[in-house]
Amino acid sequence: MSDAATHISIQGVHKVFESGGQEVHALRAIDLEIPRGQFVCLLGPSGCGKSTLLNAVAGFSLATAGTITVDGKAITEPGPDRGMVFQEYALFPWMTVEQNVAFGLEIKGTDKAAIQEKVASLLAMLNLTDFRKRFPKDLSGGMRQRVAIARVLALDSPIMLMDEPFGALDALTRRNLQDELLRIWTELKKTILFVTHSIEEALYLADRTVVMTYRPGTIKRDLMVDLERPRDVASPAFNALKKELSHLLMEEQSRHNQAEFKGAAVD
Amino acid sequence: MKGYRHAASGVLVPLAALAFWQLLSSMGWVNATILPSPGAVLVKWWAYLRPLEAFDPNQGSYLKWCFTGELIQDTIGSLYRVLVGFVIGGGLALPLGLAMGYSRVAYGLFNPLVQVLRPIPPIAYIPLSILWFGLGNPPAVFLISIGAFFPVLMNTVAGVQNVDSIYLRVGRNLGASRLTQFTRIILPAATPYIFTGARIGMGTSFIVVIVSEMIAVNNGLGYRILEAREYLWSDKIIAGMFTIGLLGLGIDTLMSRLSSHLLKWHRGLEQG
Repeated sequence: MSDAATHISIQGVHKVFESGGQEVHALRAIDLEIPRGQFVCLLGPSGCGKSTLLNAVAGFSLATAGTITVDGKAITEPGPDRGMVFQEYALFPWMTVEQNVAFGLEIKGTDKAAIQEKVASLLAMLNLTDFRKRFPKDLSGGMRQRVAIARVLALDSPIMLMDEPFGALDALTRRNLQDELLRIWTELKKTILFVTHSIEEALYLADRTVVMTYRPGTIKRDLMVDLERPRDVASPAFNALKKELSHLLMEEQSRHNQAEFKGAAVD
Repeated sequence: MKGYRHAASGVLVPLAALAFWQLLSSMGWVNATILPSPGAVLVKWWAYLRPLEAFDPNQGSYLKWCFTGELIQDTIGSLYRVLVGFVIGGGLALPLGLAMGYSRVAYGLFNPLVQVLRPIPPIAYIPLSILWFGLGNPPAVFLISIGAFFPVLMNTVAGVQNVDSIYLRVGRNLGASRLTQFTRIILPAATPYIFTGARIGMGTSFIVVIVSEMIAVNNGLGYRILEAREYLWSDKIIAGMFTIGLLGLGIDTLMSRLSSHLLKWHRGLEQG
């Protein structure tokens, strides 16, 4: 089925979980073929299952039915071949910046000199060199997310999974990190699966934007974003796409709202 | 400037209390046997601290002689018991707490017994401890280790149970084995709780050592103030009490310094 260019293959994936004694169909019949090196954004309102799908690819919570394969191999558990960046940074607070970045290599048993070299180059790449001895509590949100990205890059994983990584940042820091991510992606040619609820973010970053529906999560629209990079968020082409996606998203958002009101009425 | 003013306001109330106390004594409002004057306490304190015999070079070095005072010998005795009891109690509580926090099975097995034993104050073990261990250091150390055991245990369990699951997810994502997860993630993440437990346990140990010395041992600060009562030496009782207080403060300050040094990564210990 999947040809050699396919990196991540998601076929017929369902995810059902229980919530308050009720079965919730979080994902239904998701099919997605992601070629190597593609930057894919999963876009949708909260509750559309985009994070559930990401967690299934990460191996944290396996699909109820269907298969997810990476290079043809089925996913059964989390692993360093699919590095994940979380919205809440999740840096180890007891480790310095440098120790956080080195952690993945240390537990792999990489020799010290190689770790030092790798960590130094990653810190330089993400402009963190001056902060290497700091603890996470002494860093801003943007800095913390840089460290989290460096920590994943240290693993040399061909796939990067990102769960609303810039969601908690202010607009300026956010744009800054988006540019940085694009630079890293161009340089290191990773396959990126990026979850966001921001249309603009998806259109600014992705080769391809997958819009998902509110429960059950299905693919509503699979859109190739054929805009030149660096993208101009003020251009007519960008805004046309934004309008189109915004319309799709509003439909799902209103379904989400209705479901919430219904839930509230029952309570 | 502000720091000075802060320090000055800090000594204001103690000075006033001292002045009031001195006033009570100098005016003869209270019997000196009931409440001796601050000066008398200070004099007794010094006498209690000083070596009992004159310096004799044949008996050993000058430094050794300096430590022959009754107060110093008592302090050493009390601290020794606290230390041994704390190390035994905390040393047993730590691995058990880690196991109970980490494994549901271990928690299910041990928690009922722990919950039954925990509300028993260490002091309630005094009769048994004397039956089992007789008099001297062993019953005292036993009581102190019970005093240290439960705070360290409960906090260690809570510390391990409260490790944010996101750190474990990151660990798995980065390829950490179960052992690595435990030693490099769960253990450091739980240390703030464990240190809090150790600090509380040390405080309890210090209370218990005084009580146990009043019952089972014939030296130490607790023994000394009880002995002083038999001679109606209230000045010595008060001098002993202040020594106990200052020692407790010193130990607690030391523990808290140590933990803020080791936990300098931790947000909760910094202001702002």
